[in-house]
Amino acid sequence: MRPVLSAVLIGTALIAVPVHAQNQGHAMTMPTPDPKLPAAPASSASDPHAGHRMPTSPPATAPADPHAGHEMADMPTPTPVDPHAGHDMPAEPAKTMAPKDDMDHSGMNHEGLGEAAPTSPGPDMETPPPPEAGSGPPRAADAIWGAEAMRTSRQDLQRTHGDFPVFWFQGDRIEAQIREGPDAYLWDIQGYYGGPTERLWFKSEGEGEFGSAPDDAEVQALYAKAFAPFWDFQVGVRQDIGGPDTTHAVVGVQGLAPYMFEVDAALFVSHRGDVTARIEGEVDQRITQRLILQPRAEVNLAAQDVPLLGIGAGIDQIEVGVRLRYEIIREFAPYIGIEQSWRIGNGADFARAGGQDPSVTSLVAGIRFWF
Amino acid sequence: MHRGGTHGKGGPRIPAGFGEVSGDVIDLAVGSGHRIIEGRRGPGIAVNGSVPGPLIRLREGQNVRFNVTNNLGEDTSIHWHGLLLPFQMDGVPGISFPGIRPGQTFTYEFPVRQAGTYWYHSHSGLQEQSGHYGPLIIDPAGAEPVEYDRDYILLLSDFTVLDPHFIMQRLRTGEGYFNRQQNTWTDDYPMTAEERRMWAQMRMMPTDIMDIGGKTYTFLANGRGPTEGLEYLFKPGERVRLRIINGSAQSFFNVRIPGLPMTIIAADGQNVRPVEVDEFQIGTAEIYDVIVEPGDAAAYAIVGESMDRSGMALAMLTTSPGERASVPALRDPPLLTMGDMGMDHGSGGMDHSAMDHSGAFVGDAAGAEMGAKDHAQMGHGAPPAPAEASGSAVAGMAAGEMSMDGMKMRDTALLPPDVAVGPGIDMVSMAPVDKMGDPGLGLRDVPHRVLNYRMLTAHERNRDTREPSRLLELHLTGNMERYMWSFDGRMYSAVSDVPIRFAWNERVRVKLVNNTMMAHPIHLHGMFFELVNGESAAYQPRKNVVIVQPGASAQFDLTANEAGDWAFHCHLMYHMHGGMMQTVTVVGPEIGA
Repeated sequence: MRPVLSAVLIGTALIAVPVHAQNQGHAMTMPTPDPKLPAAPASSASDPHAGHRMPTSPPATAPADPHAGHEMADMPTPTPVDPHAGHDMPAEPAKTMAPKDDMDHSGMNHEGLGEAAPTSPGPDMETPPPPEAGSGPPRAADAIWGAEAMRTSRQDLQRTHGDFPVFWFQGDRIEAQIREGPDAYLWDIQGYYGGPTERLWFKSEGEGEFGSAPDDAEVQALYAKAFAPFWDFQVGVRQDIGGPDTTHAVVGVQGLAPYMFEVDAALFVSHRGDVTARIEGEVDQRITQRLILQPRAEVNLAAQDVPLLGIGAGIDQIEVGVRLRYEIIREFAPYIGIEQSWRIGNGADFARAGGQDPSVTSLVAGIRFWF
Repeated sequence: MHRGGTHGKGGPRIPAGFGEVSGDVIDLAVGSGHRIIEGRRGPGIAVNGSVPGPLIRLREGQNVRFNVTNNLGEDTSIHWHGLLLPFQMDGVPGISFPGIRPGQTFTYEFPVRQAGTYWYHSHSGLQEQSGHYGPLIIDPAGAEPVEYDRDYILLLSDFTVLDPHFIMQRLRTGEGYFNRQQNTWTDDYPMTAEERRMWAQMRMMPTDIMDIGGKTYTFLANGRGPTEGLEYLFKPGERVRLRIINGSAQSFFNVRIPGLPMTIIAADGQNVRPVEVDEFQIGTAEIYDVIVEPGDAAAYAIVGESMDRSGMALAMLTTSPGERASVPALRDPPLLTMGDMGMDHGSGGMDHSAMDHSGAFVGDAAGAEMGAKDHAQMGHGAPPAPAEASGSAVAGMAAGEMSMDGMKMRDTALLPPDVAVGPGIDMVSMAPVDKMGDPGLGLRDVPHRVLNYRMLTAHERNRDTREPSRLLELHLTGNMERYMWSFDGRMYSAVSDVPIRFAWNERVRVKLVNNTMMAHPIHLHGMFFELVNGESAAYQPRKNVVIVQPGASAQFDLTANEAGDWAFHCHLMYHMHGGMMQTVTVVGPEIGA
């Protein structure tokens, strides 16, 4: 009840505001001796001076001579060419050399201008500053306030304008998987701390059947360095925490591929020397500003059979799914979806040997969140 | 985490609107509290207890002393935006002074050497977002160049209930987090399947017009939301001066008063020759003074529509309190086009209305010629035959087939060698053209007169009309996905000790090339530069913020005659914190001479 009450009160206060507001603009009468502002000439609907623009005359002929009027000689106009007379260029000739541009330049009337020289082309080449411009860091304020007094604020300015760290954490998939046989749970989370091009990443994913410990779970700690606008290179370690105790070295890339595919590809080398890889991709398809369809695919690969972990050489597993989420707020979205997983080749054999179906279809429901 | 503390929603209620202070000694206090805008409570940082802070009214020629007391729990500062002053009074912690510690009173003191409309704001942390800004007017020592009966300030800004540090974090981690106008299967955007495919292929969003939209922001007029009734009174026949300041953290506005033309008389505080328009885009930190002459209607709506058309700031010109004019609906959001990637216009086979090449863009084809030639002569490997390419801009509209095949959106060979190529650059403008004549995203095809930089002419003659002695080319670079922003591929954190250097009184042409798909309002502290907009050197308009359009270039001439270290940055606050900032060092005469 209280919020409602206070809203009403605030509303009342606001209604009162306009009365107060009337004096807000600092109305004041300004006695100004000058003549009335000349009305912008309505007649100059066609550009009176488009020809002044430098580009219409070749820069090669641009004189270094700063005298007014020279430039006009290059143009097919009746403009007086006398450089010394150029200071008093009448507006009429200028109007005749307005072959283009139907813009209203009413304010650019040159009548009465002291000088009607065209813009200079300026220097063509970028050149370094002259030696008189000095060198070294900017320290002018040190002479006034002292180097010691300036140090903290200077460091603070440097640290807050550009490369400052942020923290991001995402639960990409926290879901229940409804399928034939026992239903399962899954988590897939990641996060980072760092600046725009250098970050420390944390990732974890795992799954298991409800009521039991995860069959399969891992955590990763990675250092990431941007190597392209949309791509980070990542290197670090992965520790499997479900199943046989296994530690992997990780190298990978993560980023945004053309067509807005979020891609995470990593190569793993286990402490036993087994080489595996994983490629994940997902893309957000906005149906409305809040309703988002997200197709997702994942492929797990191995360079060799890893019987201990039940992994088959070659393509071991493919997952394809689609999730439909509704962003209640940007950071929090429940979703539903469907996912199909196939074990393939030797991987399928390992699955069967373990009493599992190599092909599993799941209905999924979960939440995606980040902060 | 992004340092600089957090902005809470506790403390006293900070009212919207402002009072006025003037004189030779002005006391200001920075404190925190909360703001309630249209019933929503958000963090607040206020100067003298209000958001915006008080109008500071000075007179040209006076000396002023500001005693600024910091009542926050973190450092603060006040930067006097657009003022000519000794660099150590400019108010940028880490560049011009050490900042103001909690509980400390810092005294700024300087002579007032100019006149016009300016503003002030914090340069510490992300305080600007929470309300640390206010208007500043300097009345001229002599007469105003124009006559008017009423003088009003319209300070546009953006309010959020969020802590700006949260916004910064989300911009870095959640691509498109604040964009609720993204492409979807069910959107109404006039895009073909092929165009949608291309944008996805490029990993970019054509809807990224402003990083933060109306879902997050409430757009404010003098601190008030659109339903909170800001009014300016007038009598029919009066001439009203509106000093329009974009004091937002991250927003561009399209300003119009339906039924009433506006005559621009000053830009960034500097007088320009009067030019009448029906609408103009005002980039973050830009300032335009306009004169309007309301007619017979009882009220007129002053609409500050956000560039992405996700919301508006609103005020009313009224003949009596409570009068309301009808408020136009938000127009359809604009989309970025291939032209905003710096693709040559000739490739514009897309049939977006926004790609309309009439008007401003025909003029820009000529600009393209110059831009491309510069490149060729600098040996950057710019595309050949730029003249024909730009000349065929209009023809290309019909003939060109849009295809990504064989087109590189990140050809780093096009960049000069002094640009650091790396992950921080996700795009290189293919053929950046000078778009001084561009009215801005979403305003290229409106059926009325819209301001562009080519229409600005200095009112008073520029003092220095020397030919620039050298060219400085700076590339605006970024990575949208990582939210990295930079000059020449290096974020401020990498170049804090590598300033852009100028010799004393050096005259330099600075060319800014935008290799990103966002418009950047680039601001130089401490000096005015002159836009190279086709005007003669004597009358190039003086400004201190220049919008560089997506994929395009912009040039200004600078006389480096203010000694010291100055901040130079994108005035989108989150872009500046994302790295798009550098120090400019002007060596003083005693050293340089």
